[in-house]
Amino acid sequence: MEKIAVSSEGPDMDARVDPRFGRAAGFIIIDPDTMAFEYVDNGSSQVMAQGAGIQAAEIVAATGARVLLTGFVGPKAFQALNAAGITIGQNVDNLTVREAVQRFQAGDVPVADAPNSRGHRS
Amino acid sequence: MIVAVASGKGGTGKTTVSASLASVWPSPVVAVDLDVEEPNLHLFMNPDISAQDPSYIEIPEIDDEKCTRCRACTDICQFKAIGIFGEVVMTFPEMCHGCGACWTICPEKAITPGKRELGQILSGRSGPSAFVMGRLRVGEAMSPPLMRDVKRHLNSGNGYADRDIIIDAPPGVSCPAINAVMDADVIVLVTEPTPFGLYDLALAQQAFAPLGKPMGVVINRADIGTRDVYDHCQKTGLTILAEIPYQRDIAEAYAKGQIIAAAVPSMRALFETLVGQIKTLHGQPSMAREVKHA
Repeated sequence: MEKIAVSSEGPDMDARVDPRFGRAAGFIIIDPDTMAFEYVDNGSSQVMAQGAGIQAAEIVAATGARVLLTGFVGPKAFQALNAAGITIGQNVDNLTVREAVQRFQAGDVPVADAPNSRGHRS
Repeated sequence: MIVAVASGKGGTGKTTVSASLASVWPSPVVAVDLDVEEPNLHLFMNPDISAQDPSYIEIPEIDDEKCTRCRACTDICQFKAIGIFGEVVMTFPEMCHGCGACWTICPEKAITPGKRELGQILSGRSGPSAFVMGRLRVGEAMSPPLMRDVKRHLNSGNGYADRDIIIDAPPGVSCPAINAVMDADVIVLVTEPTPFGLYDLALAQQAFAPLGKPMGVVINRADIGTRDVYDHCQKTGLTILAEIPYQRDIAEAYAKGQIIAAAVPSMRALFETLVGQIKTLHGQPSMAREVKHA
């Protein structure tokens, strides 16, 4: 199955899902077949004055993940993730990364067709 | 001489002072509204606008065939106006500040400058004064490039060359405010004697001091508030150039969209004195030495 990226507050499967996409602490990239994962830091996006969502989308695209689970995605990041062919599961919040993946695998995370955050510049 | 009328705090009376200075200045001036996000000098000067020119910023256009996805452009861009997502290259024109780094660095020459409209430059006359204003397009976030374009317009002839220029600056102390005052010979800071006025006056003073320009203060609504602004000016060596009283006839003239120096006799006298004060300030050595104390 395709790799899943989850915005995360920490480096392991029991970390909380970071509800912010662009300014998430990092991303856990999971191979759903083996549940093997790696952590990709997003600190470089967190410090940006603008364009954090665009840069975070670049980082996620570079991992090869085809699915993203996160809380809120702004309009530019949404556009970028769409361009990269990444399926977005939004409003994933108040869960651990592991729980988020389980919920996605159970089919309980609907695929977003529009951004759910207004972003900071529009 | 270029006089910039600025303030840290908004609503202190920059436009009131700018319009009045233009109306009493001994020779015809160019009155310039550089508060491009919400220009309002025209409401008082009622200019006849004779030209309206669009202003553009240069933004990247990428030739997808030539692009090798080397990432040089997206790495150098400080504003994420170009993103590369896997094999997909995208531009985000509204993020672009028009610096040109991307098409300069592109090894394949795959990026060429296109354009995005920033707003309009309107010019005309108001009595003997020439009038120029920038007006940012609704939805546009970047005002300094439009302000630079307005300033280029001022340098492009149009009979402005021999005139003194009065700039109505945007409030605040960020890039637009700095952009409006950086070419001035004298900065007039308009404030009010309130804690808000004082706080933002001090910020503006600190922000503009490194430019090394002579600065003076006009205190508006001078009878309200406290003496703290006066104490601050004395302590930091800022000259108080004029005090506009908190007076009903001034407020009424303003509310009717009149220029107070033209409508209220005592104000004509006050602004004529202010012109003299500004000219004296212009002749004085700069405040650069104050930088380290600011």
